Amino acid sequence: MAIGVASFNLLQPVIGNYFCLIDENMWGIIRQNVGVTGGLSSQGLGNHMMRLRPVASAMRNYSSATKEMTVRDALNSALDEEMAADPNVFVMGEEVGEYQGAYKITKGLLDKYGPERVVDTPITEAGFAGIGVGAAYHGLRPVIEFMTFNFSMQAIDHVINSAAKSNYMSAGQINVPIVFRGPNGPAAGVGAQHSQCYGAWYGSVPGLKVLVPYSSEDARGLLKAAIRDPDPVVFLENELLYGESFPVSAESLDSSFCLPIGKAKIEREGKDITITAFSKMVGYALKAAEILEKDGINAEVINLRSIRPLDRATINASVRKTNRLVTVEEGFPQHGIGAEICASVVEDSFGYLDAPVERIAGADVPTPYAANLERMAFPQIEDIVRAAKRACYRSVPMSATA
Amino acid sequence: MGFARVIHPHTLPLLADTRANPIATPSLFLGSTRTLRHTLTHTRSISSAQRRSVVAAKVSDVKLKPTTNLLVTKEEGLEVYEDMILGRVFEDMCAQMYYRGKMFGFVHLYNGQEAVSSGFIKLLKKEDSVVSTYRDHVHALSKGVPARAVMSELFGKTTGCCRGQGGSMHMFSAEHNVLGGFAFIGEGIPVATGAAFTSKYKREVLKEADCDHVTLAFFGDGTANNGQFFECLNMAALWKLPIIFVVENNLWAIGMSHLRATSDPEIWKKGPAFGMPGVHVDGMDVLKVREVAKEAIGRARRGEGPTLVECETYRFRGHSLADPDELRDPDEKARYAARDPITQFKKYLIENKLASEAELKAIEKKIDEVVEDSVEFADESPAPSRSQLLENVFADPRGFGIGPDGRYRCEDPKFTEGTAQV
Repeated sequence: MAIGVASFNLLQPVIGNYFCLIDENMWGIIRQNVGVTGGLSSQGLGNHMMRLRPVASAMRNYSSATKEMTVRDALNSALDEEMAADPNVFVMGEEVGEYQGAYKITKGLLDKYGPERVVDTPITEAGFAGIGVGAAYHGLRPVIEFMTFNFSMQAIDHVINSAAKSNYMSAGQINVPIVFRGPNGPAAGVGAQHSQCYGAWYGSVPGLKVLVPYSSEDARGLLKAAIRDPDPVVFLENELLYGESFPVSAESLDSSFCLPIGKAKIEREGKDITITAFSKMVGYALKAAEILEKDGINAEVINLRSIRPLDRATINASVRKTNRLVTVEEGFPQHGIGAEICASVVEDSFGYLDAPVERIAGADVPTPYAANLERMAFPQIEDIVRAAKRACYRSVPMSATA
Repeated sequence: MGFARVIHPHTLPLLADTRANPIATPSLFLGSTRTLRHTLTHTRSISSAQRRSVVAAKVSDVKLKPTTNLLVTKEEGLEVYEDMILGRVFEDMCAQMYYRGKMFGFVHLYNGQEAVSSGFIKLLKKEDSVVSTYRDHVHALSKGVPARAVMSELFGKTTGCCRGQGGSMHMFSAEHNVLGGFAFIGEGIPVATGAAFTSKYKREVLKEADCDHVTLAFFGDGTANNGQFFECLNMAALWKLPIIFVVENNLWAIGMSHLRATSDPEIWKKGPAFGMPGVHVDGMDVLKVREVAKEAIGRARRGEGPTLVECETYRFRGHSLADPDELRDPDEKARYAARDPITQFKKYLIENKLASEAELKAIEKKIDEVVEDSVEFADESPAPSRSQLLENVFADPRGFGIGPDGRYRCEDPKFTEGTAQV
């Protein structure tokens, strides 16, 4: 179960290089587009990436200052504020205390709140997930951290059977205000057992709410909403997003800031094609949208924010406007999020579709280790671009990864 | 592990008899027919995790021969007796109702194990919690859930304790702190540990100074091999949580004999391995169970940490009402039937002049009426209405998301009319 957390610090430069490989052409495009208003030109992508000129951030239409915050800090501040506001909130998981969090999300909390509220556990996922559920039965509000959601499989019985189903089985007598959070999906080169996306698995369970933040504002608002929610919430983060910086509005820095659960966000408005994505893929979708813009395809990018409940209303409204849909996810294709979205659109907006729904997902293989194979196993920006063009009936070159 | 001889299921009861078992020293077993030696000294918690500590019981009290030092008063005795009778009659009625088709699905009956439930749960306060497995009807009844509510739940009616949504295996009651009812064995143990964690958290963090609520986790011999059990033994001992792990060792996990499934069948030994006392008690004798329970609950309330109690007991019926129960030896069943906890306790009460035959008969009659009444009530209760299907999935029903009209689905007054299209 230990994933060599010591290598955490080594990942950063790797990520930087990784992105640079595919993006170096794009940076040129983005810089050219800096002068174009409307739509998101780019996000701040980490401290050791090429820095965007301040001009780019000033193009935003946030009403207030351009304060930036990493996703990690956003999560940390959300946890901090919720723990300060409600003494029933406590954090439990491996390495959350003295180690300051395997990914440093819980940094500083042990010193502030003490070991009774920031509980380091032995390596016992089933045990401590169940302990969290039992504590939630009695009105405490645990935030259970799984070092990655792959490890949640050891505790999935508790997430589903004793957390998600209990309010129903007890007919409303016992609700479970628990949050299960942790990084989900692939990182960089961590291999098959550390790279799976669990959005589809948890998204199919009634009684659960499944949230997938992308930006820092998402992270803050959704985590706060999750902690305050009286039902079990599975909060799927992404390791590679932790270090990314996003601008945050002053409103989102307020300690009572919450985002509604079940409402997707339209990150970029468009009229030709809808691209749905969540978590890290939102960033890719936005970049793909930039590329498509150059080819005259005006894409609308939807950041799902919530897999369960899925904001079918927003998705369908968007498809009715654009008539074409591309769904993007990193998880395995069969029975995935894209499949559900496609079914929803076919059920509700079939007459509006001008082209078959394009579904982009991770490859149907356990994640390989080799960097080039891993790159082929997950959606890349050019895959999204290609799929969008296919949906628009533009001719596209054949590709090995299609 | 070397037993002096090959243990065959037939001879298993002799495990309880320390003459056959060279491993357990006599002083540790309260169910032995021999009197405990006066070398029994341990009362309060032992500092060293290595030594097994022993539940204190005055030696003289545990003898089968009555002395002037009785273990129960008349009121307590009658209360316990009534509870055991309720458990027995209720379960027998469940069997009848099942074969008449009023009850369905998986039903697991508790006949023969009443001493464990009554022995432990009757010592609890209302705020203490009980977590059980699928064999949970009697735990719920002992904790105070009305028979009517349990029977209705079993019939799947809306007046049941979980409005018919839980069923036989999922008895929950927030009022009586019955935290389930779990179908997966071992699932309740971490939940119970969490409830105990809450008790400690309330005392230490939320500063509710007198919060000394304890939690009992009931489970079987099969569960004692499950990973979650060990994880929780570790954490409970590590954090000194006020929990008692009660193993109802009825020797059989459906058709799997405990001896065929376990490398070291003496479950109580697993306690000291994790740094808590492990005790073995005769689970067919409610007074012995009660004495052990008193000490274990006292330990937990004082903040001294968890205890593992192994109750050697037996289920007179099969694993569930669908189990043909062909693998168990009829001799073994007969041997245990002769040790029926209710008969034993009745004898004790009468011999020690705590109650007369008439009084006990009156209690039995009263319980018969209670159970009959609960069946009538359940029969006459309505089945859940269609709109109940979608209720209580979430505490915050906005979890159903936003509908096509842009409003939250739950705000639509027709939402719970139960269409498949959620």
